[in-house]
Amino acid sequence: MRNVAALTQRELAASFLSPVAYIVAAVFLIATGYLFMTHTLVEGEEAAIRPLLDGMAWLLVFALPLLTMRVLAEEYASGTIEALMTAPVTDVEVVVGKFLGVLVFYVALLAATVVHVAVLAAYGALDSRVVLYGYFGMILLGALYVAVGVFASSLTRHQLIAAIIGMGLLSLFTLVVDAFAGWQGGTWRVVLGYVNILRHFGDFSKGIVDTKSIVFFLSGTAFFLFLATKVLESRRWR
Amino acid sequence: MIRVQNLTKMFGERRAVDGISFTIEAGEIVGFLGPNGAGKTTTLRVLTCYTPATSGSASVAGHDVFRESMAVRRKVGYLPESAPLDTHMRAREYLNFRGKIRGLDRAGREAAIKRVVDLCWLGDFIDRPIHQLSKGMKQRVGLADALLHDPKVLILDEPTIGLDPTQIRETRNLIRELAKRHTVFMSSHILPEIEATCERTIIIAGGRIVASGSPAELKERIRGGSRLIAEVHGPEGEVKKALSAVEGVEALQCESENGWHRLTIEPQKGRDPREAIYKVVKDKGWSLRELRLEVGSLEEFFVQITAQQAQQRMGEKREARS
Repeated sequence: MRNVAALTQRELAASFLSPVAYIVAAVFLIATGYLFMTHTLVEGEEAAIRPLLDGMAWLLVFALPLLTMRVLAEEYASGTIEALMTAPVTDVEVVVGKFLGVLVFYVALLAATVVHVAVLAAYGALDSRVVLYGYFGMILLGALYVAVGVFASSLTRHQLIAAIIGMGLLSLFTLVVDAFAGWQGGTWRVVLGYVNILRHFGDFSKGIVDTKSIVFFLSGTAFFLFLATKVLESRRWR
Repeated sequence: MIRVQNLTKMFGERRAVDGISFTIEAGEIVGFLGPNGAGKTTTLRVLTCYTPATSGSASVAGHDVFRESMAVRRKVGYLPESAPLDTHMRAREYLNFRGKIRGLDRAGREAAIKRVVDLCWLGDFIDRPIHQLSKGMKQRVGLADALLHDPKVLILDEPTIGLDPTQIRETRNLIRELAKRHTVFMSSHILPEIEATCERTIIIAGGRIVASGSPAELKERIRGGSRLIAEVHGPEGEVKKALSAVEGVEALQCESENGWHRLTIEPQKGRDPREAIYKVVKDKGWSLRELRLEVGSLEEFFVQITAQQAQQRMGEKREARS
């Protein structure tokens, strides 16, 4: 546990020192601000938080892999993985530490978007339950995205490839399955619907907490972290 | 302290390490010598639990590297080749992080960092970002990291590569100093490096151990291959005949120029017939302008056995193909 804390801290420091993280954060915040102006503050309509959250979930498909691409790929490329994995830390600790490091950075980023909520609260009655559940969902969603990103980064020593794999996987479970489910019927529709991240997230942004969706996010996160650990382990043999 | 038995590591079809065995006792300082690509780094990576072996076994400080990996890692200080470090940190932050994952508490870390800063002369640049440090300084930070937890066994992969001559000398002194308290196993592809630092040398080539022993023992083995050089003036046939008959001469070769004969004499094992040769030349009334024993250098020996090994492997491959 102490190892995980040390690794998380190191990862977080690396994020806060990385120019890439700042660029991603800046672009993400500008984009969410734009979404807020165009989708939430629409003249003549009720201002709702939901389109903002849905928009962020979509943006993060591209933003989070850029934050996670570094975590293992850079270690492979620079050789620091050798120093790390000959120290008394387990592969699971390495993966979890890296995951938590980026997750904490993401939560900090998310906290900055609360400013939009504050604007809404200042000018009207806010459904606090929707906001609370919505942000809870955002954290669960972010955890799953980060786990997918860490897995992608475990596969290659090239950060750019890690980012592309991460975006590809996340697109698959969000945008692609969404489109496919529209064309398919029957069993396929059910299966594709179950792995559709955005469908599960939709509940949260509507202000509903469904246990099934919580289980979906947590188990998905655990699954991809497990895969990343296995990949890390298998790299030792090569 | 380090025990390796029949260790083999395959990368696909290629045998990087081919059934090697050796033992290193506590307190020894042992050099691991071999040309580039001989399997040194791979062996060290198996010993430090970075890479599992394909077959065979290895134990360090009494723990099996595969089954008790964590115990081994706690007792080993490892300096990987070219000392990879987290460049975004300052040296002190890096050592602090490394101390944490080695389970040292705050006070323990502070004391440990102070100790290794003194040992590795990090004084001036401990608070500089690592990416600003020169290669030699980084190497020292890497060494400081390997020493942080006061390990029983130090495994150093090419510890002086990329250093300038002064730093090389300092590092050698440091390693010799460390050997008083730690068991040291260091690799190098440069022979004088090992000769200057180690009590014992294990030579590896083509994934196999080709020789091992103290520099003196290795030199002794070479002495078997040493030759006498004599330059004699006299009638060629007689000179050859007379000197071949000298006791202790196994064989000789002769090159003649202007009546001078340059003789390359192979002595019988353990014999030195220089005096007898002088007496024969003197009795016959010939002239002698050179007589010396040519001892092969360790360097030559190293080149020779590694070349032999390479040839042997080529031969095996050809056989396997046909």
